[in-house]
Amino acid sequence: MSSVRVLVGTRKGAFVLSSDGKRQKWDVSGPHFAGWEIYHMKGSPVDPNRIYASQSSGWFGQLIQRSDDGGKTWAPVDNKFVYEGNPGTHLWYDGTPHPWEFKRVWHLEPSLSDADTVFAGAEDAAFFKTTDGGKSWQELPGLRQHGSGKFWQPGAGGMCLHTIVLDPSDPQRIYIAISAAGAFRTDDSGQTWKPINRGLKSDQIPNPEAEVGHCVHRIAMHPSRPGTLFMQKHWDVMRSDNAGDQWHEVSGNLPTDFGFVIDVHAHEPETIYVVPIKSDAEHFPLDGKLQVFRSRTGGNQWEALTRGLPQANCYVNVLRDAMAVDSLDECGVYFGTTGGQVYASADAGDNWTAIVRDLPAVVSVEVQTIA
Amino acid sequence: MIRVVLPFHLRMLAKVEGEVRLDFDGAATQRAVIDALEARYPMLSGTIRDYHTGRRRPFLRFFACEEDLSNQSPDEPLPAAVASGDEPYLIVGALAGG
Repeated sequence: MSSVRVLVGTRKGAFVLSSDGKRQKWDVSGPHFAGWEIYHMKGSPVDPNRIYASQSSGWFGQLIQRSDDGGKTWAPVDNKFVYEGNPGTHLWYDGTPHPWEFKRVWHLEPSLSDADTVFAGAEDAAFFKTTDGGKSWQELPGLRQHGSGKFWQPGAGGMCLHTIVLDPSDPQRIYIAISAAGAFRTDDSGQTWKPINRGLKSDQIPNPEAEVGHCVHRIAMHPSRPGTLFMQKHWDVMRSDNAGDQWHEVSGNLPTDFGFVIDVHAHEPETIYVVPIKSDAEHFPLDGKLQVFRSRTGGNQWEALTRGLPQANCYVNVLRDAMAVDSLDECGVYFGTTGGQVYASADAGDNWTAIVRDLPAVVSVEVQTIA
Repeated sequence: MIRVVLPFHLRMLAKVEGEVRLDFDGAATQRAVIDALEARYPMLSGTIRDYHTGRRRPFLRFFACEEDLSNQSPDEPLPAAVASGDEPYLIVGALAGG
């Protein structure tokens, strides 16, 4: 029987939640790395027992941990993230040039074909890769050296490369997103990149339709349709059907189109999920009601999913890496909150239950479906 | 022999209990002690000194013999009592809330 493992990164440690395919009873393991911020954990699609974790601290900097036994035991691997060459400057909040400085790894994306190969998204925005299971990391500087790089500016959370999406049909094609530079695509394994922000409109920047400068929060893709991308931007839910060359808005009837997460049903490429957040000034659900919105039409027509979710006095946030799906026959959907709950639905979003609560603030949620 | 006291999180990371005792030849400076510490516990590399600047991480302090050595040159000799192992060299996490 298949089983499910949910990897939860929090502000104060990592947790591994395990269940059989019924997804009714959950075993909670953790905290691993207690007291450290775990921005992201993700397992290899090639070897589910191989899991990588980004562990960081304001005191002690960045570590990368690796497990070879499904999260039972861990060992630190290399934590040296060095920018290639003279990194130069980007723009600071006040518009002045500011040196590129490594701060932390926001996202780890294991290769689809090799358990030892992992891509890492860093703050200040840069794209790193290991091909030896984390024993050494190299920057692929083509992204940071894109001509627009010296004009990138941080968002409120820092200038972070937070999203990495691999194209399963083309190993050379990778999508990334940076706050607040926007989305970029490489078609040559990360050597060169092009901004893919046409169609985005952001009233918070001087030119709302600029080539770069957009605060993209998250991009999701269904593996069967790698040319179709869904994006939760700062404001606006967007869709592209040509690999990001052009986007159009699909916010439709959402009560607010601000938010962080977006994900796609494991078996229905036109079924997508978001968690609307009231506004960029008020990072909590509208009216204190935690609602997931599902569109079965690839956007525009949305329905509120509320069964099992708090519908009063709920003022948590759901951060950009904190939603994932499993690939069991009936797709499971999971998300974590800054209030420390991880909610799960074993029926594609119709019904929800908190499978753990009162954890530290949840930063990331990933799910492994284990045959 | 030099005695080094690590903060809780670095003891957990290095899987050590209590003080670390480093056999030591040569001039006992802060740089040399931390170099020796990192050589014995490679997982500590980058957690005490920033990889890029080589400097002490801002939220860590270095104490010994009731003195704050944090802003001294890393190549200055450590106090004789530290070099002889009579007093420990303390790596301390700055107090901070949250």
